[in-house]
Amino acid sequence: MASVVPVKEKKLMDVKLGELPSWILMRDFTPKGIAGAFQRGYYRYYNKYVNVKKGGVAGISMVLAAYMLFNYCCCYKELKHKRLRKCH
Amino acid sequence: MNENLFTSFTSPTMMGFPVVMLIILFPSIMFPSPDRLINNRLASIQQWLIQLTSKQMMSIHNHKGQTWTLMLMSLIMFIGSTNLLGLLPHSFTPTTQLSMNLGMAIPLWAGAVITGFRYKTKASLAHFLPQGTPLPLIPMLVIIETISLFIQPIALAVRLTANITAGHLLMHLIGGATLALTNISMTTALITFIILILLTILEFAVALIQAYVFTLLVSLYLHDNT
Repeated sequence: MASVVPVKEKKLMDVKLGELPSWILMRDFTPKGIAGAFQRGYYRYYNKYVNVKKGGVAGISMVLAAYMLFNYCCCYKELKHKRLRKCH
Repeated sequence: MNENLFTSFTSPTMMGFPVVMLIILFPSIMFPSPDRLINNRLASIQQWLIQLTSKQMMSIHNHKGQTWTLMLMSLIMFIGSTNLLGLLPHSFTPTTQLSMNLGMAIPLWAGAVITGFRYKTKASLAHFLPQGTPLPLIPMLVIIETISLFIQPIALAVRLTANITAGHLLMHLIGGATLALTNISMTTALITFIILILLTILEFAVALIQAYVFTLLVSLYLHDNT
């Protein structure tokens, strides 16, 4: 189904489900594009939670919680054996 | 049990990809750069802390030594933040690896010593012989002073590694002991748990103190040589 606005310029929420593969494929996967994506993500989070007039601990504690989760996933293999069970 | 104790100090990889690179770069996210006159709370707190530390640490140096301010301030911020982040559960602390601490200690020490030899050769060589030594002792003392000079970078690196590693190891051991004791005797487990809490408080202090000591010693070596 052809849309009035070309797929390239739509935001993710406006893309129809059928157009999703073509939308993903046309994203910029060059190193510059990936770096730009990380930068945009970082500044989106920063400006929403940290760079505000009355920021609280929520801004950095969410980052620390995500960091803890990431590390847990990384060493899950060794931690699997330490679960509290009667027989391992 | 022996192997389990030290697995937390191995360099983390995820399917062959060295995640340790990301973990070393992670503390830099915690320090946003202040771009306005009045910043957000996080940046203002960090700004205040850095001004406090830099004034206290760099006031003893002359103009030449104060050109090292940026280096020393970023050093103390890096070591302090890395040590503190290592206190989170399951996290990997890069400063437990001797390789990294040697990589920090040797270039900084060598820079200070070579600066001293380049600009104040006579004064740097004079450091090898303390004032007022009796004549027969001079050869031995020069040898001892040379050895103590060359041990400085190794001592810097090993001090940081050993302190942080020992703290983490103790926490692992006492935590494991507390868990094992809950089935045997609750009171002993409670006492061990209190010891664990005190140890954690100590570890927070050690994390910051080690950063301070490392940076202070580098600045001392700098002061001798500028």
